[in-house]
Amino acid sequence: MIYFNNVSKIYKDLAALDDVTFTVETGEFVSVVGHSGAGKTTLTKMILAEEIPSLGTVFFESIDVNKIKNKDLTKLRRRIGMVFQDYKLLSNKTAYENIAFAMEAVGKTEEEIASDVPHVLELVDLSHRVCHFPNQMSGGEQQRLAIARAIINQPEIIIADEPTGNLDPVNTHEIVQILKKINDLGTTVILTTHNYGIIESLGKRVITMENGKIIRDTKHKK
Amino acid sequence: MRIVAFKRIIKGGFLNFKRSGLVSWAAVLVVTITLSVITLIIFLQAVLHFSLNQIKDKVDVTIYFTSSASVDNITLLKSSLEKLPEVSQVFYTSAADNLKNFRLRHSNDYPTIQALDEIGGNPLLATLGIKAKEISQYESIANFLKSDNALVSGPISIIDHTNYYNNKEVISKLDVIISSAQKLGFLVTLLFVIISIIITYNTIRLTIFISKEEIGVMRLVGASKMHVRGPFMIEGAIYGIIATFFTLILFLPTTVWLGRNMTSFLGINLYDYYLASFFQIFIILLLSGVGLGIISSFLAVRKYLNK
Repeated sequence: MIYFNNVSKIYKDLAALDDVTFTVETGEFVSVVGHSGAGKTTLTKMILAEEIPSLGTVFFESIDVNKIKNKDLTKLRRRIGMVFQDYKLLSNKTAYENIAFAMEAVGKTEEEIASDVPHVLELVDLSHRVCHFPNQMSGGEQQRLAIARAIINQPEIIIADEPTGNLDPVNTHEIVQILKKINDLGTTVILTTHNYGIIESLGKRVITMENGKIIRDTKHKK
Repeated sequence: MRIVAFKRIIKGGFLNFKRSGLVSWAAVLVVTITLSVITLIIFLQAVLHFSLNQIKDKVDVTIYFTSSASVDNITLLKSSLEKLPEVSQVFYTSAADNLKNFRLRHSNDYPTIQALDEIGGNPLLATLGIKAKEISQYESIANFLKSDNALVSGPISIIDHTNYYNNKEVISKLDVIISSAQKLGFLVTLLFVIISIIITYNTIRLTIFISKEEIGVMRLVGASKMHVRGPFMIEGAIYGIIATFFTLILFLPTTVWLGRNMTSFLGINLYDYYLASFFQIFIILLLSGVGLGIISSFLAVRKYLNK
């Protein structure tokens, strides 16, 4: 589904990614682990075409992400659900409107929005927060809302970039369980984290990065 | 589907405005200041236009006829002059009327009246006063009076003399002063309008700068450029609409005061002018305000939309 082929990203003298090659199959749950500055975020940004590789190619199925035209970028991003460490919610929209916005973006009707949004809010246990703004919610709730927004359009892949970075252990566990559930339903998940405890609890494939390089790529089974 | 998308953009714009609170009202304030500058410029132009017209109105050329000139011939010349495209008005004053006006004008000037009485009869001539549409056109009217028309030149000419050549220098200077004043007025207007546009654009840019991260997020969740940009443009239009009403209300007491206290200085009652031109001013302000809001938002969002 995703193919990184000898990808390097060089900022002046610093290599954020150094000759990275790996593939992610449909339905896989891949954790990318490494310390801060290992290149995890750069890697996820390349899938979204937020960053262009200095060398190498990134493919999303048959699409060469580096060569994507501006008008096709929107279509590509609609196939990907993003979850960020800092949530990146729309601060002047309520929980309902944040999710509705993502549905409006893909052209869903008002009826579809009215029926799907309460359902997904219930899924992430936020039914009681429908009319709340992000700044009225806890970190864990905001992250659950971000996940709800990411999955509402049933994307082919969820990329969660350090989604538990700002959360306490209880909320971290909840978020990981939600992502696992999403993966069980067939959606590919890429999770970046520097929390080794999380990946151990998951028992899924782990890619370990250091200084922009993949130093280990292994599959664990519990 | 497009209607639904349009409705969502409008709703988004109103919600953004409402929820941005103080930031929205700060932007409205700046647009109100801009529109107030535009209104002041409209008033300045009106005062300038009125003053220049008054000056223009004071300029004319007078033809003095010979004492033997018949009224029929004078009327004939008057009709010929009225047909000239440069001429706006021709008015005839008989010798008797000129004498009556002269006496009236000098009623307090005893030596002059006494001298007039001693001369006996009417030493004054019949005249035709000519007003041109533009000051620069007096020259061509004077040229017509030198033409080979039998009435104006040659042995049977009925014209004694004209005062154009005596006043030529003053008329030319006035022409230069008026056209310079108009050019200066235009340049000042242009300068103020440009400054106002820059200030408004930068204020709206600042309000959008606050949302720059959110614009990026909207793009990341797959929103099209128009879906992101539209609500900001509607918000900009709302600034313009509200600022238009604020400006119109603000200038009501202002013009009442100016009308009461400054009419003799300005030469025009700005309150009467404001009421008479209210609809035109409303349209100018609305188009300027909404246009500025929409275009500024469009340009400001564009910066953050690319990838």
